[in-house]
Amino acid sequence: MSMPLKAKHQRLLLVLIAVAALIGAGLLAAWALRGQASFFYLPAEMAANPPAPDRAVRLGGMVEAGSLKTDADGVTIRFIVNDDKARVPVVFKGIAPDLFKEGSGVVAEGKRAADGTFVADNLLAKHDEKYVPREMKDMTTAQARQTLEETQ
Amino acid sequence: MIANLGLAALWFAAALAALQLFAGGMSLTRNGAALAGLVRPVAMVQGALVALAFAALLYLFSVTDLSVLLVAKNSHSAKPLLYKLAGTWGNHEGSMLLWVTVMGLAGAFLALVERRLPDRTMLATLAAQAFVSLGFYAFLLFASNPFTRLSPVPPDGLGLNPTLQDPGLAFHPPTLYIGYVGLSIAFSFAVGALVTREVGPAFAKAMRPWVLGAWVFLTAGIVAGSYWAYYELGWGGWWFWDPVENASLMPWLAATALLHSVSVLASRNALRTWTIMLGVVAFSMSMLGTFLVRSGILTSVHAFAVDPTRGTFILILLAIYIGGALTLFAVRAGTISEGERFAVTSREAALVINNVLLSATLAIVLMGTLYPLLAETLGAKVSVGPPYFNPMSAVFVLPMLVVLAVGPLLRWRRDGFVRVRKLLLAPLLVTLGVGAMALISGMKLLPLLGMALAFGLALASLLPLKGRKARTLRLPLIGMVLAHLGVAVALFGMAADSAFTAERLVAAKPGETVAVGPWQVKLEQVVPVAGPNWTALEATMQARYQGGDPEELHPQARSFWSPPQGTSESALVTRWNGQLYVVLGEASEDGRWQLRLWWKPFVTLIWYGGLMIALGGLLAMLGHLSSDLRRIAAQEKIAYRRMRQGR
Repeated sequence: MSMPLKAKHQRLLLVLIAVAALIGAGLLAAWALRGQASFFYLPAEMAANPPAPDRAVRLGGMVEAGSLKTDADGVTIRFIVNDDKARVPVVFKGIAPDLFKEGSGVVAEGKRAADGTFVADNLLAKHDEKYVPREMKDMTTAQARQTLEETQ
Repeated sequence: MIANLGLAALWFAAALAALQLFAGGMSLTRNGAALAGLVRPVAMVQGALVALAFAALLYLFSVTDLSVLLVAKNSHSAKPLLYKLAGTWGNHEGSMLLWVTVMGLAGAFLALVERRLPDRTMLATLAAQAFVSLGFYAFLLFASNPFTRLSPVPPDGLGLNPTLQDPGLAFHPPTLYIGYVGLSIAFSFAVGALVTREVGPAFAKAMRPWVLGAWVFLTAGIVAGSYWAYYELGWGGWWFWDPVENASLMPWLAATALLHSVSVLASRNALRTWTIMLGVVAFSMSMLGTFLVRSGILTSVHAFAVDPTRGTFILILLAIYIGGALTLFAVRAGTISEGERFAVTSREAALVINNVLLSATLAIVLMGTLYPLLAETLGAKVSVGPPYFNPMSAVFVLPMLVVLAVGPLLRWRRDGFVRVRKLLLAPLLVTLGVGAMALISGMKLLPLLGMALAFGLALASLLPLKGRKARTLRLPLIGMVLAHLGVAVALFGMAADSAFTAERLVAAKPGETVAVGPWQVKLEQVVPVAGPNWTALEATMQARYQGGDPEELHPQARSFWSPPQGTSESALVTRWNGQLYVVLGEASEDGRWQLRLWWKPFVTLIWYGGLMIALGGLLAMLGHLSSDLRRIAAQEKIAYRRMRQGR
């Protein structure tokens, strides 16, 4: 094996390889992100403009009071997420987070089935005063404003 | 009193950092040579003072001094002592103080021991270190003062986030921080070398132990963090591609590239500017990680201390340091002379490919982590998870594993491929054989590739030992083999976990038995229990592996009362071939309890593999340090003899 390259050319070649690889990785990432990033929906947005059935998205809203039901198997729960404009039924199989309850906020991760039910594979509830999922923080302030308007 | 002492120590340390920067910078100019003698002692005193400030905060937390705002907000008198102490860094201000403390101590240690670097590079390095520290001192003193007083003194504190009240937390953040901040030394070295243009093997040998040390801590910190998330969050997963996890993974990827490239520079005097660049990138990733975590701009299960106003401050620091270093690099890189050449088939070339692939993986993780922020500024709320990260990182990691198998077998400078081809025949056959078996058993693509490569890689990683006598084995070589074998072991654990995990989700009455994988698990009873600052529902369960002797498990659903929050404490049974993982959920109206059970074959190998990687780095570091020490001793002996002979 010979070493035909001069030191200067070798360095140039290395720089080109590195730049090409990084640009390649960047383009690949950009392409994949367009297809894989999971978008956040409020119930009204989901009703108006439903995502494709196989697309992973997140749905945030309030767990409607009186809507929470447990199936006979004891581990499948059904509830309705609303934002006072639209209602989306959600089904979740698993152990709900500790602070998940009716009348409180939730972000569900999953996919929207063809029949309009949202099949969640993960639920995020409010953790404590210091940690609130970002979307939920916005949502509760919006809701607080709305409540204020309604009571005035 | 102690709080005032801590604050004073912090101010003095900041002043000394300013002096260190001034003296170090001036001593490089023509007129300032007289100041050169000042730099090392100032760095040492600065380290001692900031350590004193941290000790003061530790003390305030240990006695729960509620006149200090930070203690009142984050601690509680009823907490066990371990968590009082761990609470020191379980919050924003304390963790930033820990950050500058590690930085100050690292600088002091560097000033104390490092004697190989050319004087001017050393001065520039210490000045750069002081410059970086100074920004973080300013951040602490002006935006995150940990010693702010509270009046009137409240009756008791608000407590620590219960998720953080775990032995894992006591060690995970400090370990990670030592790794993060250890890279600041590599950054300062890189900046120092850019200032003086003195880049060569001596520089690389001085830099290498720091890179290795920081990398060992980062590796151990990531392994500990992964295990903590695994058993504490109760989701049964070991990596979530959470932004905070990515924040620790990104500097690790950069540091891994850096430690391989610094080895090339040390032994072959090649990849000079490359190494400098990676030195800048690695610590930039540490700072970026800190920014992401500390600014609270990300949706994350880890974002415990959120305060967006501080984000701006860190962002400015980030722009100054990263932007400054990159500008310096752009101006100076062209003037650093080229290193030695090497052929396409050589160990250097393999390491270049490894570096490029690591950097590409870093780019993938970085883009996935930052994309939600970018999208939000454009008005869309998105999150990026495993469907993006898993396949995209595999695109670069899998070829990297192949290079990892081949690279160590190649000789420096140039090598024939024929020799290596013979050596690699056995690992290749093993890979193909395991792959074929996995294919027949119907495994999914990623676990299949992982499993096949794990076996081939395990064999290939041992090949550098072939034909060597035990006496000729040096620690760095043993360390390399151990670390590479650790990669294979961890990879096998990951593939086995994703391919063979058995999961059950049921609601069971006390007395019922649930089967999961080879286990029969009987729920005996659920009773309330109480701890020092929580109450819980605790299940008693008997688990039998293939009808063997029963093992007792006690998963809990805990409720903490300060702050009011629940956590679920999973219960584990560990066998040599895997772990049984049980989580207790809620009770239903008919008296059944929700249970989630996993049988995870060989899952523990993920963390054992990670520890092997860290241990390999440690052995390599010790090996290099001891041979350095021997060389210094020999040189001093020669110098002494010459002196006695009167010359």
